[in-house]
Amino acid sequence: MTIKEFFGCAFLAFGPAVSLFIFVVGREPIRVILFIASSFFWLIALLISSLLWFAVVPLREKLAFGLVFSVLFQEASRLAYYKLVQKAENGLQKMMQDGQAGADEDSKQIKFIKNHHLMALVCGLAFGMTSGAFALVNILSASVGPGTVGIHGDSDHFFITSSLLTFAFVMLNTFWQVISYAALDKKSYWQVGVVVIFHLLASCLTLLNNRDPPIYAATITPAYVLLIISGIWAFVVAGGSLSGIKAFCGF
Amino acid sequence: MEEPRTNQQLPPNVNIQDYINVDVPQEPAQQNGTQNNSRNEPFSSDQEEVDERIDLALFKGATNIIRLFVPVTLCMIIVVATVTSATNYTQSSGTFFYTPLSEKSSTGAARFGISLANTLIFLSVVIVMTVVLILLYKFSCYKIIHGWLIVSSLLLLFLFALIYWGQVLERYNVPMDYLTTALVIWNFGVPGMACIHWKGPLRLQQLYHIIISSLMALVFIKYLPDWTTWVLLALISVWDLVAVLCPFGPLKILVETAHERNEQIMPGLIYSSTMAWIVNAADDVPAAQGGNTETHRLEGRTNPNFGVDSNQTADVPAQNNQGDNANNNSQLAMRSLSSESVEEERGVKLGLGDFIFYSLLVGKASSYGDWNTTLACFIAILIGLSLTLFLLAIFKRALPALPISIFFGLIFYFATSQIVKPFMTRTAAHQVFI
Repeated sequence: MTIKEFFGCAFLAFGPAVSLFIFVVGREPIRVILFIASSFFWLIALLISSLLWFAVVPLREKLAFGLVFSVLFQEASRLAYYKLVQKAENGLQKMMQDGQAGADEDSKQIKFIKNHHLMALVCGLAFGMTSGAFALVNILSASVGPGTVGIHGDSDHFFITSSLLTFAFVMLNTFWQVISYAALDKKSYWQVGVVVIFHLLASCLTLLNNRDPPIYAATITPAYVLLIISGIWAFVVAGGSLSGIKAFCGF
Repeated sequence: MEEPRTNQQLPPNVNIQDYINVDVPQEPAQQNGTQNNSRNEPFSSDQEEVDERIDLALFKGATNIIRLFVPVTLCMIIVVATVTSATNYTQSSGTFFYTPLSEKSSTGAARFGISLANTLIFLSVVIVMTVVLILLYKFSCYKIIHGWLIVSSLLLLFLFALIYWGQVLERYNVPMDYLTTALVIWNFGVPGMACIHWKGPLRLQQLYHIIISSLMALVFIKYLPDWTTWVLLALISVWDLVAVLCPFGPLKILVETAHERNEQIMPGLIYSSTMAWIVNAADDVPAAQGGNTETHRLEGRTNPNFGVDSNQTADVPAQNNQGDNANNNSQLAMRSLSSESVEEERGVKLGLGDFIFYSLLVGKASSYGDWNTTLACFIAILIGLSLTLFLLAIFKRALPALPISIFFGLIFYFATSQIVKPFMTRTAAHQVFI
């Protein structure tokens, strides 16, 4: 039973992200490097926010404080990474031109570099997967057992709700990255602001899980509503449209 | 240096300086030197072209970095999986011959002192062994070196594999008779010896290198005392820095001597992403690109434990392609062939010692049961490795692979286990997502 729960939760939280990783990131060395570097940036943001949380002793019990600053740091590191990628772009382009593959492959690679949405997707996926992994990995390893969930009167939906929320956050981070990078390219900064607000909103709502008993409906529903909104937004930003879908499906 | 070698030697010596100083008379030599060079646009003394080339060299490493990511990750996965599943690997039993002092029953400063003493003993053994190896190499005692290497890998592939097998069986409570065990170990070890010291499929050779490194790392995790491991990791990367970069650093001497003699560095010590030693490629495949066959060397160390060397050196001619390898395998030429057929080695190389210490760090981090720490160390080490490889592309010389990675790894280990872990544990327990 515990093993089943483990696999269920793991696939629920990371299944789509891992398949995206395999199909979009894994095959291209340059994307893997971008991915790792991006997760490193997230890690630094986490480290700084933990440091702040750790340093401010009186507020240690109040997660809201650490949470808000953590969100802000994450967004800051998102922007910092954007700057870095922009700087490296020329170099990356050269690397691709000089890449291992033939001319055909080359033009494909350069398209990737030129395609900021795809790059944003890779970086966002790294952000999301790293944050998701950090949030869930210990819970998952505990879910293998031995133990009984909710024996002290806590909710016995702990694992499944954690996985659902992790999935939402992995995907949200991916979408947000696409949106904010596109916005930064176009220099329309209000969109970046909206992304920050979305992130704050989604994260702060999960504070409701802190209550006893937790109101999962009040945290998971808005998270998924935000997920759908951000998803559609990112889709539109990346140049998708309804007619595009129709054409793709062959209507 | 005899005639043919001069030509062969030219590409490896190319560095940024050469690009800048390159002039017309050198061109023909360059083009005759290796077949693949002639396929590339001729060198130009035009300054812009030069800049271009430097940039190209700088950014060519993406594929190479990935070629090392995969094996390093595999090695870490083996170690972490073993450490987290077979718990008897983390209960240290007895002391190590090289770290004789016991940390138990001492606390704080005393414990730190003991671990420092342990590390210094260990390190001095490492240094002495390295120097001995370099002296042997310098005076061309190849027989002794090969004997040494063979005995080392023999020990690893048979004895350590046996210990590992025993631990795993013990953990899962599986009984197995001696005959079966002997059969298993024999069938595991003999192909390994063949692959490492003679010849075998490249993939298999790489796999055995990875396995050897993880076995070694697991032995360290089991026998090194807690604090000693961390002090050791810090000091060994300093030693690595010294050995590779100092004017009289033993590994610098090793790399240079090997270069002078136009030889591969000893087998069984380095992981290579392409067929690199013993068999060389008689390569008539138009080797894709990269006029600048610069040779980067990455690092080296000798690290004797039970007489095992994990010397590391990596040559990174920044380009190579997968297609070549397949072809090469069908056109193997022994090293003893005349130098014309001995193509310059291509591909990335990383010392097995690097594998060992990377995995040691990650494995030790995972042995405390917190996956966040393991993940953080893993990402930090990979980032350190990529930075090292980028530096390699810039400096085009042997570089130690440990310092940056281990430095990042240590920082993230301590930061994560002390600061991030409580924060993340709390958020996870309250289901608060950041």
